[in-house]
Parts: sequence; C-alpha cells; structure tokens
Amino acid sequence: MFKLSEIKKSIYVSLWFVFLTFPLMVIHINPIEKLVEWRWRNMIMVGVGSFVLSFVWRYLIGRKELGNKRAFEGNAIKTSFRSLVAEKKKLFLPVMIVTGIFIIIFPHVVSLYQTNIMISALIYVMLGLGLNIVVGLAGLLDLGYVAFYAVGAYSYALLNYHFGFTFWMVLPIGALLGALFGIILGFPVLRLRGDYLAIVTLGFGEIIRIILENWSEFSFGPSGISNIPRPSLFGVELSIHGAAIYMYYIVVMLCLLTIFVVRRLQDSRIGRAWIALREDEIACQAMGIDKAKMKLTAFALGATWAGMGGVVFAAKTTFVNPASFTIWESIIILCIVVLGGMGSVIGVILGALVLILLPEYLRAFSEYRMLVFGALLVVMMVFRPGGIVSDVRKTYKFERKVE
Amino acid sequence: MKAGSGSDRDLILRVCNLGMNFGGLRALDDVNLNVKEMEIVALIGPNGAGKTTFFNCIAGIYEPTDGDILIPGHAGGRMQRINGLKPNQVTERGLARTFQNIRLFQNMTVLENVMIGRHCRTKAGIAGAVFKGKRTRAEERLIVDTSYNILAEMGLADHVNEFAKNLSYGAQRRLEIARAMGTEPLLLLLDEPAAGMNPQETAELVALIRNIRTSQGISILLIEHDMKLVMSLSERIYVIDYGRKIAEGTPEEIKDNPVVIKAYLGEELFDA
Repeated sequence: MFKLSEIKKSIYVSLWFVFLTFPLMVIHINPIEKLVEWRWRNMIMVGVGSFVLSFVWRYLIGRKELGNKRAFEGNAIKTSFRSLVAEKKKLFLPVMIVTGIFIIIFPHVVSLYQTNIMISALIYVMLGLGLNIVVGLAGLLDLGYVAFYAVGAYSYALLNYHFGFTFWMVLPIGALLGALFGIILGFPVLRLRGDYLAIVTLGFGEIIRIILENWSEFSFGPSGISNIPRPSLFGVELSIHGAAIYMYYIVVMLCLLTIFVVRRLQDSRIGRAWIALREDEIACQAMGIDKAKMKLTAFALGATWAGMGGVVFAAKTTFVNPASFTIWESIIILCIVVLGGMGSVIGVILGALVLILLPEYLRAFSEYRMLVFGALLVVMMVFRPGGIVSDVRKTYKFERKVE
Repeated sequence: MKAGSGSDRDLILRVCNLGMNFGGLRALDDVNLNVKEMEIVALIGPNGAGKTTFFNCIAGIYEPTDGDILIPGHAGGRMQRINGLKPNQVTERGLARTFQNIRLFQNMTVLENVMIGRHCRTKAGIAGAVFKGKRTRAEERLIVDTSYNILAEMGLADHVNEFAKNLSYGAQRRLEIARAMGTEPLLLLLDEPAAGMNPQETAELVALIRNIRTSQGISILLIEHDMKLVMSLSERIYVIDYGRKIAEGTPEEIKDNPVVIKAYLGEELFDA
C-alpha cells in the first residue's frame, strides 16, 4: 500500500518531467530540410530517468529529515561534529602544510588556462569574503556589490590611463575608493533593511554600470579601456605565463590578507556588534550600539575588498568595460556567500572555488553546462540549506573558572 | 541615600509633562514621574494605557511630542535633557532597558549577549580588531570576565556557553536583565519582566531585582501586570490610564485608591 502510493507519486513526477522537457527533448525542428523530428526515445529516457531519480530523491530527503529529527531529539549529530572538530585540531597543521605546498606549486604544474581560472576564482574569494561582512555578518542584503568591484577596476584603468599610476600605487587607492563608495551608498540606505535594502542596492549597482556605459568622456563607454598594464615585478617585463604566475601569487597574498583581516574583524568587538545587528536591530540599539555607524562600517569594510578585487581584475584581464559588472556578477558573489555558508570564512572560500571553478570544469557537458550547474545549486540548497559550512561560527567560550 | 524628596539632587530620572501624539491620537498626556536613587518604582495601568509608549519615549525609540525627560548631568551638575536622543545614546547615558517580548540575540551565546551589553563601555575600533594589540586583548579579556560576573550574579553561570534560544523562558528573561546590566546602567527599565513566568520564577525574580538594586546601587523602573510582584517589590507606584497619570503613591495607597480600582475594573462592568 505504502509502496504503491510511492510508485504513483513517482509516475506523476515522471509525467510532469516528460511534459516539461517535451518541447526541448522530443520535438526537433530541422530548418534546412523543413522537417519536424519526433524523438520519442528521448521521452522514454526522461520518463524512466525521472521515475528512478524521484525514488533516489525521496530516499535522500527521508535521510535528511531523519538527521534533523536526530539532531532535534538528541545530540547525535552535534557530538559527531564535535569529534570531527577535535580531530581537525590534530589534523590542522598537516592539512595547512599540504594546502600551502599545493598553493605554492600549483601554477608551476598546471597549464596557463588552469592558472588563469584559479586567479579569477581567488578574486571571487576576496569578493565573497568582502560581501560576507555585509551580508553574512551584518545581515544587510546587498545586491549591488559589483558596483564597488567596478569602482576598483575603473580606478586602476583610469588612473593608469591618465596619470600612469602603477598597480601597486592603485591597489590601496582602489581599496579606499571602494570604502568611500561603500559609505556613499550606506548613507541613503541606513533606514532600510531586508527587501527594501536589496532593491536600493540593486539600483545602485545598476546606476554605476549605466554611468560607465554612457558617460563616454569619462569611462570610454561600452568600448572600455584596454592595454592596462599587468603588475610589474621590480620593473622586469614578464612573459604571459610568467605574468600569470606572478598575478597568481599576488592574488594568493591578497586572499590571505583578506582572510586574516576578516577573521580578526569577526572575532572582535565590531564583529560581535555586526552579528547583534543582524540578530535584532532594535535590541542592538537599545544595548548602546550605534546602528548607523555599524552599518556604515560594514558597508565600507565590505566594499574595500571589492575595490581591491576590482584593481586585481583590471590588471589580470588588462581590459575593462561595463559588461564585466552586470547584476549577474552581484548574484554570483551573493551565491558564493549563501552557498558557502553565511558568516563562515572557510565556507565562503569553498563556495567561491566551487561556483567559479565548477562551470569551467563542467565545460565537458558543453551546452548542458549551466543546466547541470543550476541543478547542483538546487540540490545543494535542498540538502544543505545553511551552506557548505554552516553554523560553525566561533563563539566566545568561558573556560577559565573564577575562583 | 539622601533624604528629602523635593530636590533634584537624588533624582535619577525626572519626567515632566510628557506628551506623545501618534497622528491624532494622544497616547501620553502630561505625565510626570520621578525616580530617585536606588528606588524601585512601578508603572502600572490597564492594557493600552500607554505604559510601553512611555518606556519607548524614555528609551529613545520615540521622540516625545512635548515635555522633558531629564537625567543627572555629569558630576552631579544640572540635569540634562535626553528627549530625541537615539536609543544607543540614551543607553550610553545610563538608562538600560529590557523588552516586553523578549528580544535576545537568539543565535549568540548567553555570554555573547552580555558582551554586546558591554559594547558601549568599551572602545576597540577597526584597527584594534585587525592588529589585536595588547590593549585590545586586555579589553576583550575584561569584557569576558565582567560579562561572566554579571551572569554569575544573575544565576546564569551554568548556561554561559549555550545559545540564548536554548534557554528556558524564565532564564531568557533573566538574560535580558543581565544584558541590560552589562551596559552599567544607573537606571534599569524593565518592561513586564515577569510576563509568562510561573509563581516560583516570579518569586525568584523579585529576589533577583532586589539583589541588583542593593549590590549595584541602581534604580529600577518597571512596568508590570503581576500585582503581587508590583506590590511586594516597588516602593512607589504610578498608575496611568488612557495616557494620563491617574494616581501615584506607595503600594498601600494605590491598593485602596478608588480611581485605580475604577480604571482596572470599571463600573459598568459589574452589571454586565
């Protein structure tokens, strides 16, 4: 009886999928010979496939719910997690050493292409960690984060074009300009939160892009700025491969700096205030925390990393135009934060690597690439709604007994 | 404690002719209230009388339409007006509050909740956070220690590392008070601290509030519906109804005040 109902459910699911994919998978129009092919074999495959998969899906959901129940009833999962953390402490040093060696030798053992996609992934690590301050810690949903990225990229492009500033000179300037724009955006949205804040920041992101696209005298419009120099190594001109490797190390160092600073901020008085702000704005204010100041700090410190990331991006691609700073970029960065696990540094790093590298490695699936990518995102959010690394915020523990 | 009720010297809070309009609705009208040093004062009134509005005016959530809210100035100077200050500025000046419906930081630990209370009494900035110098580390240690001591005093020492959301209801109420204590207040504003508590928890709360008053030397202004608690705890009671003060006095005076009885029970209601 129970089984029968499950089979019935699965039949419905497969029928639904057959219906949904019918135009795409079954009908095939050949425009040259003006023929319509009916690929019935595909329909059967979709039907059988979704029938089987629905069973797998139900099994996994069931297991997940069982896990939830266990966690609710007892500490079964908690203890296992704790032992994992304890083990991790022992493993921490060797893992760090292995990762460190891997990071150092990586660009020397892989191709130029691999190095380049790793550089962009690492830029996104920076962006993700920056946005994590705003979204993950302070709980301010910012959909216009890409604006600060654009500010960074254009500040390098323009300062270099007009005044010949070098990469190293612009890097701190880009960071400062990012922070400044963070504050500029922060002021009008101090009173907003949630959906309203998201919409206004979304608008801000678009404003910056549209200005860059249309103010040709300033930003050279949609054609962008090319021939931006790569960072130089004490005046030595590097080959393309050498420059990529150098760029890679720069990004690694900047990522380490970001991780260091973000972690320090997270574990500080300011980080605590951000988390409190996320939890309850009114109570936070009643406890003597200046809401406006904290929000502006979060926006500024988040945008700093986007500004820096933008400078690096401009130096890496040697070309900037407004098309690189669409809303899609903001969404991807937000996905990195949410998928990785809000507020978790390790989670955001993993999220950035997965989200940026996965589409590259999925190129084997050619046109189904983004489909598979989307499906993976959905599966991910169903089974790990808190992100890859969720709920591992380091909390303050009181260990020393007061005698 | 100094004697003499007329002077401003021993006043912690002085509210003069406070009025608050919401559009055409006059929620508070000409309310006067004083709290002296180390005094426990209760504010009571039927539902919708304007008690919480009064609290929100004092705590800076609303800006009162008219009237003055005064607290002692620096070094016993003249009293300063705090109308229209932001809630965090009010807290900085020594008025800490709790909420009627618990507003803890649920996903932070008990200890962290109190540490947030310490925020306005500490000052490590961004640079301090990033470089984590000697001073910042010392300050952080001090924050943790002070917070723990407050929790210990509130009987929450066993729960320091638990998440606030996992505490029992009574413990959450106590944690709210502990968090407010973290801000080193001169005056503690408690908005229905005993709401939803069982008689035993209420009795513990009474002892706790008394203990805070004597050990910390602070004044307490509370809103409460539990008359047993109000009568046993407070030294003076203010009664408001429809935004107006209708009575004030000691618990004995209030208990027998016909105006108060009428406000609470009504007249026609007896027949209905």
